[in-house]
Amino acid sequence: MKKFNLSKTTKDNLWTYGIVLVIALITGILLLTGNLSSLMEGLLVPICSYVILAVSLNLTVGILGELSLGHAGFMCVGAFTSAFFSKLTENVITVDIVRFILAIIIGAAFAGLMGILIGMPVLRLKGDYLAIVTLAFGEIIKNVINVLYIGIDSKGIHFSMKDSMALGLEPDGKIIIKGAQGITGTPKDSSFLIGVILIFITLFIVLNLIHSRDGRAIMAIRDNLIAAESVGINITKYKMMAFSISAALAGVAGVLYAHNLNSLMATPKNFGYNMSIMILVYVVLGGIGNIKGSVIAAVVLTVLPEVLRGMNNYRMLIYAIVLIVIMLFSWSPKCLEWREVFMEKYIRPRFAKKTSEEGK
Amino acid sequence: MKKTFKKVMSLAIVAAMVLSVAACGSKNTNGSAANAGAGTFKIGGIGPTTGGAAVYGTAVKNAAELAVKEINAAGGINGYQVELNFQDDEADQEKGVNAYNTLKDWGMNLLLGSVTSGSCVAVAAKTAEDNMFQLTPSGSAVDCVANDNAFQVCFTDPNQGIAAAQYIGQNAMATKVAVIYDSSDVYSSGIYEKFAGEAKNQPFEIVATESFTADNKTDFSVQLQNAKAAGAELVFLPIYYSEAALILNQAASMEYAPTFFGCDGLDGILAVENFDKSLAEGVILLTPFAADAKDEKTQKFVADYQAAYGDTPNQFAADAYDAIYIMKAAIEKSGATPADGVSGICDKVKGAMTEITVDGLTGIGMTWAATGEVNKEPKAMVIKDGAYALIQ
Repeated sequence: MKKFNLSKTTKDNLWTYGIVLVIALITGILLLTGNLSSLMEGLLVPICSYVILAVSLNLTVGILGELSLGHAGFMCVGAFTSAFFSKLTENVITVDIVRFILAIIIGAAFAGLMGILIGMPVLRLKGDYLAIVTLAFGEIIKNVINVLYIGIDSKGIHFSMKDSMALGLEPDGKIIIKGAQGITGTPKDSSFLIGVILIFITLFIVLNLIHSRDGRAIMAIRDNLIAAESVGINITKYKMMAFSISAALAGVAGVLYAHNLNSLMATPKNFGYNMSIMILVYVVLGGIGNIKGSVIAAVVLTVLPEVLRGMNNYRMLIYAIVLIVIMLFSWSPKCLEWREVFMEKYIRPRFAKKTSEEGK
Repeated sequence: MKKTFKKVMSLAIVAAMVLSVAACGSKNTNGSAANAGAGTFKIGGIGPTTGGAAVYGTAVKNAAELAVKEINAAGGINGYQVELNFQDDEADQEKGVNAYNTLKDWGMNLLLGSVTSGSCVAVAAKTAEDNMFQLTPSGSAVDCVANDNAFQVCFTDPNQGIAAAQYIGQNAMATKVAVIYDSSDVYSSGIYEKFAGEAKNQPFEIVATESFTADNKTDFSVQLQNAKAAGAELVFLPIYYSEAALILNQAASMEYAPTFFGCDGLDGILAVENFDKSLAEGVILLTPFAADAKDEKTQKFVADYQAAYGDTPNQFAADAYDAIYIMKAAIEKSGATPADGVSGICDKVKGAMTEITVDGLTGIGMTWAATGEVNKEPKAMVIKDGAYALIQ
């Protein structure tokens, strides 16, 4: 019996992995047997990238306790650097999976680097500065990409911030990033399987970090900065660690996103402020600091607007109402009280019975 | 009371969960089996009906509905009735693909859309995969029709830019030209690029190139000041009408009165609320459609549209209305039937597209090249006495 006496955290982690695994398996079986509608099939990869985004943001918001309002910016960096790489090497590296793995590493590295660059000055400060700076970062990166023109020809890579004529390409050259028109024709390397594997890697990184010595240091900073400092925790180092890992994982989500669609543009819709808030909504609804909750919230909230398509123009209205209802359900004190009573009355007794029977 | 409230709330959540689960398990209905049994042409539409670009999507949706109603009342296409299902894409690539997949589940035979270029390019990659016939009313980027199954009703951005430069050059409208464009917008930057390219071959010079972005589009005094300082006699505005209205306003307040020249995005400028129409006097725009044109076809369309939706149709509506009739012409020419399935219809119809000639609201004698680009005369309109007038 001792073997099954796992610690509470291990059990909790296994639950998280288990939920993802079960959902992924069921979806995978439905997909393979052709029982999934085209809509759902098309949603699988976006869901994976939003789950990764939600989990990675939860690391900053829930575990580190800092507010980041520019998570879509990191996603954007990951998306564009990796799509650029994939377009560049499309004919050089012909094995899709090798190129995609390299693209993921590049996307994560650049997004992580951006995280470090932003974190260096900002994370030394106390207060809401991270929120302000990341908010600005998200907007800046979007606008920078919108004026960026990069082309390639026999002489090498050309770069301009004016327009595509200023690149001065040879006749055989091709433009890779075309300002506001972004990158078109990114190879479609993302798949559900890779998405699920990336979710597992993300969960593995984040959960292990949380339950490690470093993770406890990070949470100590969140809970009481002065106390943490007094016991000799290097505040900036641990803040940087959590924030840059969070940024790098957002970059991975961006890579997945970029390689799922044929055209990649930095519009306010997909990489702007609204997107950052959307990710924050996943985190808040799922429960700040609750990784499992982030996964579920990201899945439900991505699927919901698509499922509500039957209601035509009312769907956005319904979506907003559902958001409010979930928020009340999961956070209002009265609701929490009611859920507690409900659990005591119906769920707990059964569990208690079951376990006591097993115990015998 | 509290208890009932909680019950209702929990019910609502349960319902939402059940809905999402039900959707996951829903049966796949696309494929030839479902199509073969259907006796109607199912046309799917994609465009933004919510969000910032909703004006365009709604116009396309309404006009397409109007055309479908007319066709059905007249006996359908080849004797088959037409069904239209229009899905919202919020002008976003990802949502566009979702909308496309939704329509596929519905059993769509042909696609009308997407309305905006970005979404259209993403959807075009999907239609090419499925060999689905695609006709975009207003997706003007070149990449929209990169595949041979996709066709356009509107001009491509490069064509508009080149046509505008040639028009200015040939009519010797100016020697010094300034351009103000939205560098964060695909449409605007696409036109600008080709305009600037073609300008080198024309007898005028671009003396100032000013840009703005979607985040910063209320104050244009700097751009106008630069254009004025450079001595531009003509300002080229390859932008949408809402910004153009502000530019005209601000130019008037700084007493700068060059000729303003725009593309089809300027269509609708006279309908901007609180806009002094006299400011737009003399503005020239290249647009395929004007709601107050005098020909019978346009007048009937405008009257029907106003009666049905209480709104004056814009160029997007006209494009969509034409698109449905173009589909009709191509299907009739090819003799395709719903029983041919998605791929079969596509093969037949795309062959017929290069053979048909359509007289529509947005052009007389429209023909298509196999590349998917439309071939029609650009029309230049001038705003005179608060109305669009065709320049002959």
